[in-house]
Amino acid sequence: MAYSDKVVDHYENPRNVGTLDKSANDVGTGLVGAPACGDVMKLQIKVGAGGLIEDAKFKTFGCGSAIASSSLATEWIKGKTLEEAASIRNTEIAQHLSLPPVKIHCSVLAEDAIKAAVADYRAKQPKASEAAE
Amino acid sequence: MPEGTMIERNDTGYPIYLDYQSTTPTDPRVVEAMLPYFTEHFGNPHSRNHRYGWEAEDAVEKARAQIASIIGADAKEIIFTSGATESNNLAIKGAAYFHRDKKRHVVTVVTEHKCVLDSCRHLEEEGFRVTYLPVGQNGLVDLDQLRAAIEDDTVLVSVMGVNNEIGVIQPLAEIGRICRERGAYFHTDCAQAVGKIPLDVNAMQIDLLSISGHKIYGPKGIGALYVRRRPRIRLQPLITGGGQERGLRSGTLPTPLCVGLGEACAIAEREMAAEAERLEGLRRRFYDKITQQLPEVYLNGDAAQRIPGNLNLSFAYVEGEGLMMGIKGLSVSSGSACTSASLEPSYVLRALGVEVEMAHTSLRIGLGRYTTEAEVDSAVEQIVANVTKLREMSPLWEMAQEGIDLRSIEWAAH
Repeated sequence: MAYSDKVVDHYENPRNVGTLDKSANDVGTGLVGAPACGDVMKLQIKVGAGGLIEDAKFKTFGCGSAIASSSLATEWIKGKTLEEAASIRNTEIAQHLSLPPVKIHCSVLAEDAIKAAVADYRAKQPKASEAAE
Repeated sequence: MPEGTMIERNDTGYPIYLDYQSTTPTDPRVVEAMLPYFTEHFGNPHSRNHRYGWEAEDAVEKARAQIASIIGADAKEIIFTSGATESNNLAIKGAAYFHRDKKRHVVTVVTEHKCVLDSCRHLEEEGFRVTYLPVGQNGLVDLDQLRAAIEDDTVLVSVMGVNNEIGVIQPLAEIGRICRERGAYFHTDCAQAVGKIPLDVNAMQIDLLSISGHKIYGPKGIGALYVRRRPRIRLQPLITGGGQERGLRSGTLPTPLCVGLGEACAIAEREMAAEAERLEGLRRRFYDKITQQLPEVYLNGDAAQRIPGNLNLSFAYVEGEGLMMGIKGLSVSSGSACTSASLEPSYVLRALGVEVEMAHTSLRIGLGRYTTEAEVDSAVEQIVANVTKLREMSPLWEMAQEGIDLRSIEWAAH
């Protein structure tokens, strides 16, 4: 099977591989997929004081398209607001990477990972907002 | 290394070929034997009235004898086919159709090749009953279960000689004895076994045996089916016409391909012992070097009851297709089958009880006639580097290093 140049680029030079402190209050972690399905993505965001995503990291178990989808996702969400990040659609990722139909689920997973990370971050925040009131 | 047959590929930018269970290059000695039968000796082997026909017939009959010899059969018992898929179809459907009035049951094994399983499914649709035997963790069939599965109306038991994914060798002689006792035909798909392990249809009491050309350094598009004459095995042909091949497989024989299969068998018979020893050494080198440098690598399938040219390894926490993308300099197969429409990992590995997640991390490494020590060393280096890199990127590896039991996590299936 031939991979697109963009998939190969992200596979060979993955952006933002790594781990943020998942217990930190300003970090949201999304862990999606399942080992049994052959894809697991962990995507983390670090949100700055202005509400912008100032850092993003990922680790992925999966095929080249899964690695590329998550790598691209971290690239796209950096500098975005939580709302902007959560509004990224899998179709945009799939289109950008020219994923074949059989690999569309990789982009779906990447979208899910962003949403899960945002949700995790938000779940950590209510205390802070209550305290402010 | 057979003289004059080394195929130099690495200086041309081709990846190192480690997929010998998928197919093999045609041995140049085989090609040489075939060539005259495309041009000067082009006759129809069924033309009985002139020299062109006689020459072709002589060549075909010599090939038939070469094929028979490697499995201890008589030349008259060899039927040429287009390949092992056709041989398996003919053996299974042919036997079932011929005896359909009295016998309505077939026994096979879950790890058989798709063409065997699909022939059986086809029979089920036509009202036959099929028992699919499980295998143990080592990939081998349980003889007591096999004996118990045979019923009074079992027409045939089909068990492969060597598995194409994990290379394990089934106990053919024991299965043959059980089938003979119970009065069922014993068919074995030996596409991966011929030329790799000694085979003797009489000692092993085999009634039907499938052979493939391209798995044994012969050409693609040719195979054979051994059909026992005493006691006579009856089959209904699937292809009818001019009545060639004892009426079991009509159609003009492709003389050059027949010659190629014969020559491939003759070479394999001569060189099998030395080749097995050489490949055993290369495989040990491969396995030892990998396991010395990487933790958590698991061998799938029995370690001892296995052809020397096969390694099937699971690299825990690294997805097989992702790994294959990294080891660009190697041509191997993955059990992850992530590219298939179903996204289901190997049914063979699943049948061994390998967990789905581990099946996704497997590579099949096939060593063969032209594999060199330098290729093994280069392959090991590439695999170690890429597995290490991908594990650094694997959330599962990270969790495992932190001591998290991956089974304790509730994964969302997708």
